[in-house]
Amino acid sequence: MGGNHQDAAVAELSTGGLRNRIYDIVEVRRNRYAIYAALTVGVMLLPAFANNYVMEVFSNAFFYVTLCLGLNIVVGYAGLLDLGYAAFFAVGAYTTGILTSHFHVNFWLTIPFAVGFSIVAGVIIGGPTLRLRSDYLAIVTLGFGEIVRIAARNLKITGGASGLIGIERPVLLGLELSRIQHYYFVFFVLAVVAILISHRLQHSRLGRAWQYVREDEDAAEAMGINRVAVKLYAYIIGAIFGGVAGCFFAAKMTAISPETFQFNQSVLILLGVVLGGMGKIPGVIVGGLVLVLFPEFFRQFEQFRLLVFAVVMLVIMLYRPQGIWPESRQ
Amino acid sequence: MALLEVKDINLSFGGLRVIKNLSFEVDSGRIVSLIGPNGAGKTSVFNCLTGFYRPQEGEIFFDGESMLRRKPHKITQRGMARTFQNLRLFKNMTVLENVMSGMHCRTSAGPIGAVLRLPHERREEAEILRVSEECLDFVGILDKKDRAAANLPYGDQRRVEWARALATQPKLMLLDEPAAGLNYDEKERLIGLIRRIRDERGVTVLLIEHDMGLVMKVSERITVIDYGEKIAEGTADEVKNDPRVIEAYLGKEEDEAA
Repeated sequence: MGGNHQDAAVAELSTGGLRNRIYDIVEVRRNRYAIYAALTVGVMLLPAFANNYVMEVFSNAFFYVTLCLGLNIVVGYAGLLDLGYAAFFAVGAYTTGILTSHFHVNFWLTIPFAVGFSIVAGVIIGGPTLRLRSDYLAIVTLGFGEIVRIAARNLKITGGASGLIGIERPVLLGLELSRIQHYYFVFFVLAVVAILISHRLQHSRLGRAWQYVREDEDAAEAMGINRVAVKLYAYIIGAIFGGVAGCFFAAKMTAISPETFQFNQSVLILLGVVLGGMGKIPGVIVGGLVLVLFPEFFRQFEQFRLLVFAVVMLVIMLYRPQGIWPESRQ
Repeated sequence: MALLEVKDINLSFGGLRVIKNLSFEVDSGRIVSLIGPNGAGKTSVFNCLTGFYRPQEGEIFFDGESMLRRKPHKITQRGMARTFQNLRLFKNMTVLENVMSGMHCRTSAGPIGAVLRLPHERREEAEILRVSEECLDFVGILDKKDRAAANLPYGDQRRVEWARALATQPKLMLLDEPAAGLNYDEKERLIGLIRRIRDERGVTVLLIEHDMGLVMKVSERITVIDYGEKIAEGTADEVKNDPRVIEAYLGKEEDEAA
């Protein structure tokens, strides 16, 4: 008996006991709340010490966390590869851009419109592609992303290649959101809301249905799950995340152009999801942060910055193919 | 009254006719078997019943409604549940989560309900949990509910499939070779379980099986098919002594002589 225990302990130590211990600490609910509280306090206090550059980097990081969480619903939860996610983000940004700059609609009123258009976009991309699997799906979504960007480039209402300028700033309780510190908090709140919604969805009837379909479509169908409806929900909800994040992006930048929504934007968001750990919220958060923070850390390497970033990502993927913080399995 | 009525169905893949003018009925509250040699088309019949294949001709009535051209999930919702010949569990999920999938078609919470966790959704989740645990208890593996499905021994994985099918609260349960890969004890317990499914839950059972001993013991009525055609029908004793059945399974005497 004692011998067995010792063996087990030794085996655990040699195969990443430390990592397991970190998991154990995090998985305990009370500890988790303490960590959340500490992180929130940290985020609240940061603006008191940090300069505008740091604020800018972190607002961007929160923004990408939101986008990654949105894409995670499609890729991580439902298991549908999507290479055109920037399109949804573009739909939201252009909705706000067009409505505020051309029609002077209040920023907050543009959000419901953006949600509506995102749903339509989600159905347009989701509807015809639901019977496709992995690689075919990737190609179609890639095409969709490009269609949206090229349409934005050529339409008059979107301002063509030069894009839109003069997007109005939102006013919240009499305060015009114009400084980077404001957007730092806006994107933080957005990311927190995205985390909460993701968490609730994951642990719901729909969240389980996504997982059933991801694991075995036929068995899921045989258990009475409408796979088409379930996948469509994933596209639509993912699209809403991207669309709403896009609204705030437009408000922060006050100007948007089609080149913001290029293919590499979609790839970057997907990278965050895969790098962090598909399907696991903490993993995706880490992925989104890494996406923005790493290139900044590597500024010391100057022109080799992106090369170093690429090498680091390759190393992570080689040693942790399931992501930095993957879904735990019993 | 017939719960399931199959009328003259024909199924072909290209030029290959897999099912030929097959008709049979399953009366409510019975335990019925569909047997036949390897490749006779038994699983194809199941796939037609559950909507995975579409027979080119014929009719399938279940509980008074035509099931033809319905999607599999709609058929499950109407009360026909199936298990798979090769286990098709959601391997990376827990036993309990696997069984909870069966309740999906009996519940309705959508994304908004999930995000807001309204009282209706909470009640629904509690009900899903209750039914799933009850089904696991029924098949006798409630104590393993939190283990990953893939890590269970084979016999227990079979039980997860049965519990999962039961959780859809079916009127008719289709078991595709439930005894495959089970040892003698497990088969004996399976016979008990099939009877309990009918006696205690009032679920009609239709099974496909290779194990003749089990089929003869448990079935109240047997349909025998060979090359997609019905060759005999009746009680275990009637079927056992039918010359066409013996021929299908053992070959003709002339053949052996030649």
